[in-house]
Amino acid sequence: MAENMIDIYIMGEHHRVPDSLTILQALEYAGYRLIRGVGCRGGFCGACATVYRVVGDYHLKFALACQTKVEPNMQLAMIPYFPAHQPRYRLSELKGTAQEVLDIYPEMLTCYGCNTCTKSCPQEIDVLGYVSAIVRGDIPLAADISFDCIMCGLCVSRCPAELVKHHAALLCRRIYGKFLAPRSEHLKQRIQEIKSGKFNAAIAELKNMPQAELKKLYANRDIEPEE
Amino acid sequence: MAYPSPLNELATRVAETRPDRLNQAFPRLTAEEKDKLLHEYHPDYRADTFSTLRVGPNAGDRTPRELALLLEGESLLKGTNIALDHPDYDCDVLVIGGGGAGCAAALIAEDLGAKVLVATKLRLGDANTMMAQGGIQAADKENDSPAIHYLDVLGGGHFANIPELVETLVTDAPEAIQWLEELGVMFDKNPDGSMKTIHGGGTSRKRMHTARDYTGAEIMRTLRDEVKSRPQITVLEFSPAVELLTDSTGATTGAVLLNLNLSGNAFSRDYHYTVVRAKTVIIATGGSGRLHYQGFPTSNHYGATGDGLVLAYRAGARLAFIDTMQYHPTGVAYPQQIIGQLVTEKVRSLGAQLLNIDGQQFIYPLETRDVVASAIIRECQQGKGVVTPGNISGVWLDTPMIEILRGPGTVKKELPAMVRQFARFGIELDKEPILVYPTLHYQNGGVAIDPDCRTNVPFLFVAGEASGGVHGRNRLMGNSLLDVIVFGRRAGAAAAQNARARGSNLELTLKHLEKWDQELQKQRIAPATKSPLILPDYTKKEA
Ligand SMILES: Cc1cc2nc3c(=O)[nH]c(=O)nc-3n(C[C@H](O)[C@H](O)[C@H](O)COP(=O)(O)OP(=O)(O)OC[C@H]3O[C@@H](n4cnc5c(N)ncnc54)[C@H](O)[C@@H]3O)c2cc1C
Ligand code: SF4
Ligand code: SF4
Ligand code: FES
Repeated sequence: MAENMIDIYIMGEHHRVPDSLTILQALEYAGYRLIRGVGCRGGFCGACATVYRVVGDYHLKFALACQTKVEPNMQLAMIPYFPAHQPRYRLSELKGTAQEVLDIYPEMLTCYGCNTCTKSCPQEIDVLGYVSAIVRGDIPLAADISFDCIMCGLCVSRCPAELVKHHAALLCRRIYGKFLAPRSEHLKQRIQEIKSGKFNAAIAELKNMPQAELKKLYANRDIEPEE
Repeated sequence: MAYPSPLNELATRVAETRPDRLNQAFPRLTAEEKDKLLHEYHPDYRADTFSTLRVGPNAGDRTPRELALLLEGESLLKGTNIALDHPDYDCDVLVIGGGGAGCAAALIAEDLGAKVLVATKLRLGDANTMMAQGGIQAADKENDSPAIHYLDVLGGGHFANIPELVETLVTDAPEAIQWLEELGVMFDKNPDGSMKTIHGGGTSRKRMHTARDYTGAEIMRTLRDEVKSRPQITVLEFSPAVELLTDSTGATTGAVLLNLNLSGNAFSRDYHYTVVRAKTVIIATGGSGRLHYQGFPTSNHYGATGDGLVLAYRAGARLAFIDTMQYHPTGVAYPQQIIGQLVTEKVRSLGAQLLNIDGQQFIYPLETRDVVASAIIRECQQGKGVVTPGNISGVWLDTPMIEILRGPGTVKKELPAMVRQFARFGIELDKEPILVYPTLHYQNGGVAIDPDCRTNVPFLFVAGEASGGVHGRNRLMGNSLLDVIVFGRRAGAAAAQNARARGSNLELTLKHLEKWDQELQKQRIAPATKSPLILPDYTKKEA
């Protein structure tokens, strides 16, 4: 199939690339061997956060380079690294209160409520929503809203209050997971049972079983139904 | 509809057969039928794409050509003159690789008082672990047991797995889950606290634990955050290991890292190396999907180039099961921009069926991965595939079926990451089926280890996807994230303990390279390439 070629500009330099490519692929097509600004290539790691604009339009646009197709007259820049403040804390030394989140990230209280963060999020997360939840002390809500955050930092790059909210949200999720989520009784019980050696005999039997017998057992195992 | 019109018409056919398929269960294959299908269509059986290794501990074994080339390659350090007597860093435990296994190992080693250094190729956490969507297995429900889990793992692995490793995997599993919970991983739970668990291909019980469809990301970002919170762990990013260091007995004593920031700089003429002296070394470099065996697309992250295998092999470590790779049956076949990316097995667990060009089922969707992949390759080779504008073949995965079976809104609720990924290219998963084809996904084998992650090279440990033996010839979904945590933790513990017992009077040499060169010469092999690969080269190539 003939490729439809378009003009783009990478750090000011003109290139012609097929219009089917993502920004990441276009950079490579143009000859850049990428080291920074690329990771999973699948929209999961946030390494490829990128800024661009289109010739003639003053708006800056923000995207994941591995998930966004090139468009004609795109002006691309590579941002290899965006500095973000990340305080150290030990989760095991916390009690799991909302106040602790604000003690570690006191600047969260300075949010202007401008909602720029939400508009810049490639994951379509209600960023202001979780920032507000943090400010109100609602950790479960902050954890829930921010769950799909890939920590790309695009919302930080645009925030007039310079808030590193994705790290604060991560703290909320960790607090939720450790302190607030209900515990599994069956998990505790199974660990006890394993420690007491309850399954040793059954596993030893399987380990010593001739392969032909194992195969038979496997072929005839009962399978929990999908309901 | 975002499909071009020929595809659109074919998609309509899928919708037409949907009512009939609603209650139709495609029969499971018998053991004999599976065997036949695998032998005829699985890429592992395409003899012409394999080479036989000529040097090293696995001489005589076969492995994909692309990997053989690197394993028999020449060291990047050949001809360089690196001063080894004044190492840049000194540590008890050097962890090579900052994915799930590496971070788990680093944390446990630090718990035990070790001074840890983590060297990783890209950013900490830019790894396959981050991409895992489906879930993590552990037999912790009442109707399940480690013994049942054991049998599933063995059956999935074609009974070739190392039994001791499987035993370790399944008995450590519940504790691994608890450890993650303690670190703050948000697993999906019912209001009473019980884990929400689902089936995966090859599981006989619903034992897949999930964190929505970001399970791996949730685990990885938690581990990364914890690693960064510990002052006793030093992290060096953009610093891939390019060679291990050994002493005159052949035991590991550290590694040489390449500083990618400086070396990749257009103004630097030289490669910049960092020398690390370490009492014990853990290789946790993950898989090799980016080697694109047999030209397959891959689901793997950018740095998955099998470096750990090369490093360990040259230092004399034995590899296991390196002739078997996993092709995930459902990689994206359309749209072209995301070809090879993963469509999680959870989609099939939730009820989506696989269909050929006529809208007919051709395989029970929850057979093991190798079997499903083979069936898809068969359909496409027999002209029953759907040819995309990018001129590749695929089959349908009927995602709207999930909405019918489980109620409207299920797709959006259970698969937000996937919905988002396809929506970016205009495809609505809950309304339209998608096109899939197998993608290179997992390296079933790796460096041979014992249950404490020891290799045959003294003081060298390996954990996670870089190791081999746990999964036999085929890995089941959810057992890899588990493997990473279980064996990552064990490697960390064993390495810390061994470091404590070892004196600090270490000798840093590259003598194993001399031995390697002699062996190459004896076999009259002129290395065709330098290795490890570090990063694939996609410049000036059509994507
Ligand atoms: C898309 C996708 C979905 C998956 N889904 C699931 C799932 O649902 N359930 C499941 O159980 N498994 C799943 N898997 C498999 C599982 O995620 C991986 O096998 C597992 O996470 C591997 O972990 P690891 O720590 O061994 O390697 P990785 O997480 O890949 O980490 C390896 C790290 O080592 C670094 N590295 C590589 N070479 C070097 C070097 N030379 N020097 C220094 N560092 C280096 C890499 O950059 C990377 O950071 C999935 C895999 C993929 C790709
Ligand atoms: S919330 Fe911020 S860091 Fe997270 S994905 Fe959105 S823009 Fe990126
Ligand atoms: S961009 Fe910053 S200041 Fe504006 S709403 Fe978001 S967090 Fe608040
Ligand atoms: S490279 Fe990971 S999100 Fe784009």
